[in-house]
Amino acid sequence: MKEISELHFPEDLRYSKDHEWARPEKDLFVVGISDYAQDQLGDIVYVDLPATGSKLKKGADFGSVESVKAVSELFMPIGGEVVAVNTQLGDTPELVNTEPYGNGWMIKVKPDDPGEYQQLMDQKRYLAGLKG
Amino acid sequence: MIGTTGLIFNEPLLWELGAPGREAFSQPTREVPEQPVDPALTGPGPDFPDLSEPEIVRHYTRLSQWNLSVDSGMYPLGSCTMKYNPKTNERQASLAGIAAAHPLLPEAMSQGLLRLLYDLEQWLAEITGLAAVSLQPAAGAQGELTGMLIFYAHHAAQGRPRTKILIPDTAHGTNPASAALCGFTAVPVRSGPQGMLEPQAVADLMDDDTAGIMVTNPNTLGLFEADIRQVAEIVHAKGGLVYADGANMNAVLGVADMAAMGVDVLHLNLHKTFSTPHGGGGPGAGPVCVTAKLAPYLPVPRVVREGGRFAWRSDFPLSVGRLHAFYGNFGILARAYSYILSLGGDLAQVSRLAVLNANYIQAGLKADYHLPHDRPCMHECVFSDKRQLAHKVSALDIAKRLIDYGFHPPTIYFPLVVSGALMIEPTESETKETLDHFIAAMRAIAREAEQNPDLLHQAPHHAKLRRLDEVQAARKPCLMG
Amino acid sequence: MRYMPHTEADIRAMLGAVGAGRIDDLFAQIPGECRRRRPLNLPPALSEWDLDRHMEHLAGATATAPAHKIFLGAGSYDHHIPETIKQLLRRGEFFTAYTPYQPEVSQGTLQAIYEYQTLVGRLLGMEVANASMYDGASALAEALLMAIRVTKRQRVALSRAVHPHYRQVVETYLRPAGFEIVLLPYGADGRTDLSGLASLADQAELAAVAVQSPNFFGCVEDLKAVAAATHAQAGTLMITAFSEPLAYGLYQAPGRLGADIVCGEGQSLGIPRSFGGPGVGLFACREAQMRSMPGRLVGRTVDLEGRRGFVLTLSTREQHIRRERATSNICTNQGLCALAAAMYMASLGGSGFRQLARLNYDTAAYLKDGLQAAGVQIPFAAPTFNEFVVRLPAGSQSRYQQLLARRIVAGLPLAQYFPELTDHYLLCATETSRKQDLDLLVQEVTR
Repeated sequence: MKEISELHFPEDLRYSKDHEWARPEKDLFVVGISDYAQDQLGDIVYVDLPATGSKLKKGADFGSVESVKAVSELFMPIGGEVVAVNTQLGDTPELVNTEPYGNGWMIKVKPDDPGEYQQLMDQKRYLAGLKG
Repeated sequence: MIGTTGLIFNEPLLWELGAPGREAFSQPTREVPEQPVDPALTGPGPDFPDLSEPEIVRHYTRLSQWNLSVDSGMYPLGSCTMKYNPKTNERQASLAGIAAAHPLLPEAMSQGLLRLLYDLEQWLAEITGLAAVSLQPAAGAQGELTGMLIFYAHHAAQGRPRTKILIPDTAHGTNPASAALCGFTAVPVRSGPQGMLEPQAVADLMDDDTAGIMVTNPNTLGLFEADIRQVAEIVHAKGGLVYADGANMNAVLGVADMAAMGVDVLHLNLHKTFSTPHGGGGPGAGPVCVTAKLAPYLPVPRVVREGGRFAWRSDFPLSVGRLHAFYGNFGILARAYSYILSLGGDLAQVSRLAVLNANYIQAGLKADYHLPHDRPCMHECVFSDKRQLAHKVSALDIAKRLIDYGFHPPTIYFPLVVSGALMIEPTESETKETLDHFIAAMRAIAREAEQNPDLLHQAPHHAKLRRLDEVQAARKPCLMG
Repeated sequence: MRYMPHTEADIRAMLGAVGAGRIDDLFAQIPGECRRRRPLNLPPALSEWDLDRHMEHLAGATATAPAHKIFLGAGSYDHHIPETIKQLLRRGEFFTAYTPYQPEVSQGTLQAIYEYQTLVGRLLGMEVANASMYDGASALAEALLMAIRVTKRQRVALSRAVHPHYRQVVETYLRPAGFEIVLLPYGADGRTDLSGLASLADQAELAAVAVQSPNFFGCVEDLKAVAAATHAQAGTLMITAFSEPLAYGLYQAPGRLGADIVCGEGQSLGIPRSFGGPGVGLFACREAQMRSMPGRLVGRTVDLEGRRGFVLTLSTREQHIRRERATSNICTNQGLCALAAAMYMASLGGSGFRQLARLNYDTAAYLKDGLQAAGVQIPFAAPTFNEFVVRLPAGSQSRYQQLLARRIVAGLPLAQYFPELTDHYLLCATETSRKQDLDLLVQEVTR
């Protein structure tokens, strides 16, 4: 596992305390897990994602991500309807390791309350939380 | 170094062998004519390869030679109690009157077997200090499920169903899994800094909606939970029950009285404490022992003594029901029965020597490995990889390198409360010489960690295969040929 | 005692290294109130030779062939077990090995179980099989729990023609979480009566419909019809259980008839009856539901040098990782028995398995015909495999007892399981039954 300083946290998205990130994309939010989370888990072998159309509140569990020896639940950073799911992760779950913010995205959410985005941590605060 | 290379053959998969029409089975002489059968229902039969008898024998002989086993080397696996499996037990279990016994024979035709069950129940009650026993659960986890079902039934009978179970963070994974199977919510109890259950932590969590607590004693750190009676009192005071996971019974045979500790329900692992073989993953047996108050909830059928005869009885209206198609893993029960008869009171010596062996290893490794709880242990000791991590060598690397020295690795990364845990349980079967070899191997590995970490990262070097790609196996599961 | 090597000198040296004066000191952490008040009160230790005599005496009281003629099946079957299997299983490398968590030193067990999974999958016509459950009964209970998990429904339909003990175990497993079990009746032909299924499903969605084939009466169910009726309800899973897998050497495998989960008892596959256990629970499902399966799974992979090898995989489903959210709590399963079953299936081979299944069928059919010709009623018309039900004239119990006294166990009386079936007996005849014994039974029953 890497040192915090070796990990990458883009400034143009916001983070939850459970290590998910959200990024606005037009009227939707794209959601995934942070570089820290994927590094902690190790080689990802499987990602369990919800069906499109699922309606979940902020903080609700929307699936799980697995390595060989561990499972982590995934929690909605923003509540809303799941309008897209990254089906690439079925064949290539390792994208979560190699491109956690790019092709390793997990779901796209049509938010109930876009204001919930501001309640998430910005990069500075998330980083401070990891170091502390 | 004990570890060495030997005659290890490569051997294909079954369907890569054989040829159509070969057979390894002696078909009985046909004495009856062929009868018509409805073609609409028949199928082509299974697509099995056809092998001759010499091929079968060679195939499985070669496969067996790829396995480590207790018969070939020490398995210091914490909480598994990999003791010697006596061969006389195998003879007894294969006697025709046991192996060829049909479970539904009229009672009069199986009195010897019913007596075996009855006697074994009495002995396990005596050994644990509890009052009544069921031998039906087929493994420890099924014993735990039975225990949880008893909790559930008891509280339902009180008219107050409860939803929570307290489970220490040192518990084996089967504990919360068994509780969940029963519909309970597992509430974790954090261990104190000494690695033990703290009565206050239990008191803070125990309430009228908690069915009880699941404890392991000695716990998975190999330490006796000295405050167990106080914990039991706290749980009992709010109407809860105490379940003990008896996986570590090998530490306290002839010493501990489970009932005196306040335990209400306990399961034993016959494939641990009572020498029945591990079989590469079972079969085991997980008998459940209870206080007299909870006896009415035990699974049915139960064996009873009526005058000079033994019989099955199922008229126990409060019973949790049946767990197994018949009476449990009888063949395993017969082996444990033979073991107890072979030792008699010497069973107490088992624990004394198991504890001595574990402490001897603990003393031998202290200088080289980090010992999170530096006090006398019971039948197992727990170290961590903390010192070796400084050289980027983990518990996994240490474990894999031990293979090159001729030992099965200890349990690693459990209990969860110790990061990078190495849990070592030698059992009473091992000689001082073997323990000395083990200590020497571990010390050599500690030096290798400092001087040549990469040797450990690449270990094992002398097994049939090198480290296997478990990531690929999980990403692209290939479960059938 | 010969299992414990320590000499006085060993103990002295070790205590010295530990820094303790006596072994008792090492138990100091156990408070007095937690200790036994008196030493263990157990029978005196027996020498190996006295143990042999004692066990022979106990075991000698059991009724076995050939002294007794026992026509019992009902979930435990008398089949020939080749000596090769008995000897191979006695290899210490197999039976004293641990669960294969360290794959580099457990390839024997792992390849053998991978082969077992494959043979079970082929036998049952399914895509994925696990490394075993405890027995047929718990396998069925776990299959129903899996269906409940997968469909997120609370209700299952279970045929009354499923083995009564399996149904009891299902109740034990499903009751605490409050899942509902609805029983489907059996019809006049001995098969499950599906006529009420549609209206049942209308009341509340079913997670699964479970039947056994051959069922407890020995009757082969119409699995195509069961699958059709089940799948007519969107999302409901069809579960086929069994207690005699040898039947699939003759009859079509449930997986090819639409079953979603197939589970049952594998004792017939090279495992001695041993008074009901250990046996082995076979469990198989479709690849799409693989990650919801309970139990261990062995998968194929490669090592650092690209060589083929096997490992336990998809472990995140299991208790040691997922803990309370695991697909089951199972840990130790029936590993050595699964190995026996694989050896048996491999020893028979495809041709041998079909031949032996046919012989079982013909042997039981010969008995059935003989009884029928002698005037005995065969109440269920559905086809059978190696067991079937007969109905004897009223008052048959005393005749049954007389036969017991003559060392003939003429089947299993069914009244204790099905009160409506007094004077009904479940008879089993396998390849181990001699023609002369079948003729004798016909004579004795009709005398």
